[in-house]
Amino acid sequence: MGASNFTEGVDLAFKVIFGISLFFLVGITTVMLYFVFRYSRKRHPKAVQIKDNNILEITWITIPLILVLLMFYYGYVAFRPMRDVPMDAIPITVIGKMWVWSFEYEGGKLSPVLVVPINKPVKLNLHSDDVIHSLYIPAFRIKEDVVPGKKNYMWFVAQQLGEYDVLCTVYCGLRHSYMETKTKVVSEAEYAAFLKALPEKTNEPEGLAILKKNACTGCHSIDGSKIVSASFKGLYGREEKVVTGGKERSVTVDDAYIKSSVYDPDKDVVAGYQKGIMKPYKGIVTEDEMIKIIDYFKSIK
Amino acid sequence: MTEEKTHHPEPSFLVDTGKYKGLMAWLTTTDHKRIGLMYMYAMMVFFTVGVTLGMLMRLELFYPGQQFYGPQVYNGIFTIHGIIMIFTVVIPGLAAVFGNFSMPIMIGAKDVAFPRLNLFSFYLYILGAAIALASQFMGNGPPDTGWTFYAPYSIHTHTNVVAAVFGAFVLGFSSILTGLNFIVTMHRLRAPGMTFFKMPLFPWSLYATAWIQVLATPIVGITLLMIIAERWLRIGFFDPSLGGDPILYQHLFWIYSHPAVYIMILPAMGVITEIIPTFTQKKIFGYKAIAISSLAIALVGYFVWAHHMYTSGMSTTARWVFSLLTFLVAVPSAIKVFNWVATMYKGSISVKPPFLFALGFIFLFMIGGMTGLSLGALATNIHVHDTAYVVAHFHYIVFGGVGFAFFAAVYYWYPKMFGRMYNFKMANWSFVFLFTGFNLLYFPQFIIGIMGMPRRYFDYLPQFTLGQQLSFFGGVLLVTGFIIMLITLFSKKGAKAPDNPWGGRTYEWTIPSPPPQENFDVMPEMGLDEQPYDYK
Repeated sequence: MGASNFTEGVDLAFKVIFGISLFFLVGITTVMLYFVFRYSRKRHPKAVQIKDNNILEITWITIPLILVLLMFYYGYVAFRPMRDVPMDAIPITVIGKMWVWSFEYEGGKLSPVLVVPINKPVKLNLHSDDVIHSLYIPAFRIKEDVVPGKKNYMWFVAQQLGEYDVLCTVYCGLRHSYMETKTKVVSEAEYAAFLKALPEKTNEPEGLAILKKNACTGCHSIDGSKIVSASFKGLYGREEKVVTGGKERSVTVDDAYIKSSVYDPDKDVVAGYQKGIMKPYKGIVTEDEMIKIIDYFKSIK
Repeated sequence: MTEEKTHHPEPSFLVDTGKYKGLMAWLTTTDHKRIGLMYMYAMMVFFTVGVTLGMLMRLELFYPGQQFYGPQVYNGIFTIHGIIMIFTVVIPGLAAVFGNFSMPIMIGAKDVAFPRLNLFSFYLYILGAAIALASQFMGNGPPDTGWTFYAPYSIHTHTNVVAAVFGAFVLGFSSILTGLNFIVTMHRLRAPGMTFFKMPLFPWSLYATAWIQVLATPIVGITLLMIIAERWLRIGFFDPSLGGDPILYQHLFWIYSHPAVYIMILPAMGVITEIIPTFTQKKIFGYKAIAISSLAIALVGYFVWAHHMYTSGMSTTARWVFSLLTFLVAVPSAIKVFNWVATMYKGSISVKPPFLFALGFIFLFMIGGMTGLSLGALATNIHVHDTAYVVAHFHYIVFGGVGFAFFAAVYYWYPKMFGRMYNFKMANWSFVFLFTGFNLLYFPQFIIGIMGMPRRYFDYLPQFTLGQQLSFFGGVLLVTGFIIMLITLFSKKGAKAPDNPWGGRTYEWTIPSPPPQENFDVMPEMGLDEQPYDYK
């Protein structure tokens, strides 16, 4: 039995196509090499001119045509059920974000690993916040793109207990090749236990959680009020007067500026504030975290 | 075989007779043969750059994890590798080099219809390539989108996408103008008596190609401009956060870029169709079938683009319709293979280097084509889409196919180009290394692709290590073969080439090697009972 309900059908289509192909590859290559050997100039100094043969042409148009239609048919038959989701499928929302997968279960509970019960249809609703990703579970033979602004889906029935790779196959930037996780196929009892153990949903955006973790919110408010320094609210996209190397200039708060202000705060200090109050967070806040922080800033413009 | 002539009344095209001498004489030439050679030299440079980048990737992928450089560098490398190889090597490829050098002679013309436009196309090509290369060194670092520039990533990334996209846009114009030039040339400048169905088959394949260049390239041109407009003016064509549709981008991109595959492969098939009759001394089997199948490929090739998008979330109907059409385009390619092999039957076969490469082409092209079948079928595509399997498949087509046909063409027309022969033994060795290296490099990618190795991965899971390492060694052999080939062709002057070293029947073999500036002393005519490939 295949790892999913689709595995066998897809593999059969592969076998049919590869089988026919291999037959022709070996056949044509053998005939070709035989001709090269048999009719080499040494053995066959004078070529025999042969007239075109319409029956032959029609034969080798018709036979490949029938064979490719057969291949089309096998591909179609194994594919068609992938688009018909059973009514009782368990819905799970997949969230693809540069460069992490997360899986949202009922009640908005999030898991970094896709855990599914065995022998139950599961529907994955695909959601992206940024660019196109593609959810690929090789063992299940399924893949569908996760497109921002588009409601794509896929489904399967896992038929074997175990752990399987989950990968991203549409190039999505810097850490594309690290956007991977696992699918765990478990018994129904374990699945119930897993759901119960999932932490309750917190509504806090990831960026805010990172800011809190690094105690940024100790000096910068998120509601527009002034604690020590400027509030994060309305910061993104604003024009600011800054002092760079003793000279005043005007900048727009964008990704690059935010990054430089976190990693090297004293380079451009906003006019009216002092140098040396904030420590550089280079090596503390990672690039990935930086992107989430910036996303969060954009959300509280 | 024709006796070597001792007196050529006209100087060869390699001799400067105009206002300028040396380099300037080449840069201001409107001679189709010189322009063809300039394309060839430029392409050799770009190809070398592309191969170097390819080997840098193979080196990094030798072990899982980071070896020599980080993911951002890797993403930049595979992007520019693709842009250089696709837009500056295989798309102009055989059409620009041998379409220019051989086609006008083969149809009995003195030059192409618009020689100045031809030179202009060459300069656009150099300009476009220069802009694409400059994107590596200007702005916020090398573009990292892949050669496909998929939105919305290409809209969001901070790297220098605009320059690369603009470079591709300019290269597109070069391609359109070359296509236009060739169409007019073949319509207006054929030798008297040479009807369309008496034209040699390499020009036929270029004719089909030229229509794709003229009709499809403007679509990618406008699409690339839309990316620039979206990045600079924030017009929401493709980015959902601006109200655009990312799938629209894919449709527009592939409406050109799938036919572009036929821009690459059709002239390659054309070259093979010339080489096989010459080295078997036989009339090509199924002349009309081959000529018409070129047009059929060009036509059906327009309607299969969305097979690049089976997993994009298109409707189920769109998926099966495009799958069905995709299978139809496989048939004309199969027809050509059958006709090539049938031509060898009862021939008198001389396995010289061009023919050896043609045999290599047929084998690699068959693997490329047949592995494309499981990409055309829906269920199997879903599994191997965007994996190393696809990487292997298209390298078998564009390198095993176009590349080997290109090498075959170089070995075939080299004596005509320079009036010199080369060392056959060395040329055969270059084939052995290129062929073995090629298969060792790309075949393992099919296997790890089926195992689930996605493409464009800087790092990978441990189960794919062996395949990646085999590929590296294949790459080393392949590069060795390429170097042997360069040494064979360019290290020392070979013996003087006769006018017709291979016993070919097309017009280029009736004139001196190298050809005089205006090709023919006496313009050829085709008699009523004359046929192309008239071997007795």
